[in-house]
Amino acid sequence: MSIAIQNVCKRFGSFLALDDVSLVIEPGELVALLGPSGSGKTTLLRIIAGLDFADRGHVMVDDENAATRDMRERSIGFVFQHYALFRHMTVFENVAFGLRVKSRRERPSRKAIEKKVQELLALIQLEQFAKRYPHQLSGGQRQRVALARALAIEPRVLLLDEPFGALDAKVRKDLRRWLRNLHDEIHLTSVFVTHDQEEALEVADRVVVFNQGKIQQVGTPKDVYDRPATPFVYGFLGHANRFDSEISDGYANIGTTRLALAKADGRPQANGVAYVRPHDIEVSMGAKPNATKATVEHVATLGAVVRIELISEPRGSPLDVHLTREEFEHLRIEKGSVVWLTPKRARIFAGSDKHLTALYDVERANSRSGSEAEAAFDGMSDHG
Amino acid sequence: MASAALNPASPLPKRRGLHFDARQIVPLLLTATALAWIGIILVMPLAAVLVEALRAGIGAYFRAIADPEALAALRLTALATVLSVPANLLFGLCAAWSIAKFDFRGKSVLISLIEVPFSVSPVVTGLSYVLLFGASGWFGPWLVSHGVRIIFAVPAIVLVTIFVTVPFIARELIPLMQAQGREEEEAAHLLGAAGLQIFWRVTLPNIRWGLLYGVILCSARAMGEFGAVSVVSGHIRGVTTTLPLYVEILYNDYNSVAAFACASLLALLALVTLMIKAVLERGLLKEMV
Repeated sequence: MSIAIQNVCKRFGSFLALDDVSLVIEPGELVALLGPSGSGKTTLLRIIAGLDFADRGHVMVDDENAATRDMRERSIGFVFQHYALFRHMTVFENVAFGLRVKSRRERPSRKAIEKKVQELLALIQLEQFAKRYPHQLSGGQRQRVALARALAIEPRVLLLDEPFGALDAKVRKDLRRWLRNLHDEIHLTSVFVTHDQEEALEVADRVVVFNQGKIQQVGTPKDVYDRPATPFVYGFLGHANRFDSEISDGYANIGTTRLALAKADGRPQANGVAYVRPHDIEVSMGAKPNATKATVEHVATLGAVVRIELISEPRGSPLDVHLTREEFEHLRIEKGSVVWLTPKRARIFAGSDKHLTALYDVERANSRSGSEAEAAFDGMSDHG
Repeated sequence: MASAALNPASPLPKRRGLHFDARQIVPLLLTATALAWIGIILVMPLAAVLVEALRAGIGAYFRAIADPEALAALRLTALATVLSVPANLLFGLCAAWSIAKFDFRGKSVLISLIEVPFSVSPVVTGLSYVLLFGASGWFGPWLVSHGVRIIFAVPAIVLVTIFVTVPFIARELIPLMQAQGREEEEAAHLLGAAGLQIFWRVTLPNIRWGLLYGVILCSARAMGEFGAVSVVSGHIRGVTTTLPLYVEILYNDYNSVAAFACASLLALLALVTLMIKAVLERGLLKEMV
């Protein structure tokens, strides 16, 4: 079922939790609400669920105003961060709860309830735990019971609040994959809240990035990672190097590197900020035209990626570069080496620090041969 | 030398003769002190009550208890308890529910107000009710003209008993319900449960031990209340004397056998509640986790 969120505002005292948020969630989608704590994502989830109410704007579930409908008819599955299992009920009773409280007219027979609960326990692979109490289960098992309990009422929408937040890393990874598979099987419109960007990018069909009560960007995981709409999104999703940059006459200057923008935006002079991913920087040992000189400060050779910390000239600002092991071994970099850096891809935001508006993608075509960067203009867009 | 003494590997010099291990003697000493203290302060007076009550034989004991005035006092005490406990049960539940599950202005004021009966002397409580409902009190003239009698009658006894027992159930439930949070209720709500279903199926089972515990404490206090009841009662024998007041009357009449017999009845009631309380505490412990 589709969910349409229209101009929702929510204030707690003087704190603006949601600032005019609009969003459409398509039927069958698995959407992640991603953002730092206090960014408004959980508040939005609770408003969709009907646990909180918007000060302005409304939430439509299947073209019906959610707030005006009785909770019994709304049929929303909600999984709480700390599971909120009924502590005095067995696993079986927990899962059966939503069926048992139905009005006599709609309530399935005792046999039907039992069958349904058994099916759900099979789905979460906890059949033999039916008689246990929540405190006798591990965190991951509790989380699955909470999910089965939410699914028992055959909800039209499934909402999950930080579903894996309280679990350890290994269990979290397993459950994440399990949820993804479950979603592929039952295609229930699902929204989950997370502050873990890896989780959002890995599980969701679409990611909604929140900051300070506003939606920063909505897009597929690839979209938001490769083409962040705002400096915040760039910094929040993955590592990023941030450089001050000047835009003049169709060029962006980052230190001593000059990148050509495919189209000028009509502003001959502007200040800006350039963002470059650590793995989008080409390193060479010899001096190159249009490259920035830097000194290696620290090398960490852990895992598949070699992380290098450098100090760039002339301003002495620190930056990170990630190389594959082969690249690293080929270059023979060590602490104190002097290297030349050229960005392969960069994203440039023009304007002052608070109001970065226009943005450009700079991508060097076949980076090894080209000495001059080739730039693609991404168009003007307004991002507050 | 010094380095050898500090070296943990070198064996400690063995002391010869009698020696006490402080780790064994300290707990023993503390336990003995506590037991002696309880013996002198608590057990001895209780024993004295029983001994005095039975001084004239078991027959006299039961005659004293079966006295119509004694039975009337027992009935009045039971009535005050039976009325004040449910009243405070209802109030305690409402107060704890609203404090634990909702946010509102003046929450901390409400929490402090609930505890007022703990800090106000019962005599003051009694006097304040006389000031409100007595013949020359605020509502006195109105009550008199409508023929309603509160002070020096049963209603006042019930009212002050309710007043002094207000905190017991609420104070037991508030921290328990606050610790349990509101998520289980929210989950039940989202699963389609109606308000009353949530209360009966989720909230009440979660707090049942705490609730019973509060009821027991509340009953014990209601049965034993003396000061406030004494002020508003008027001491009309067989009509407005509760069991504690009746004990005092008998004692002042130098009828010590009957006084101690009735006192032993109160003590017995207290012991029974204490035992129930001990059993409940185990259940309560389970509820907290």
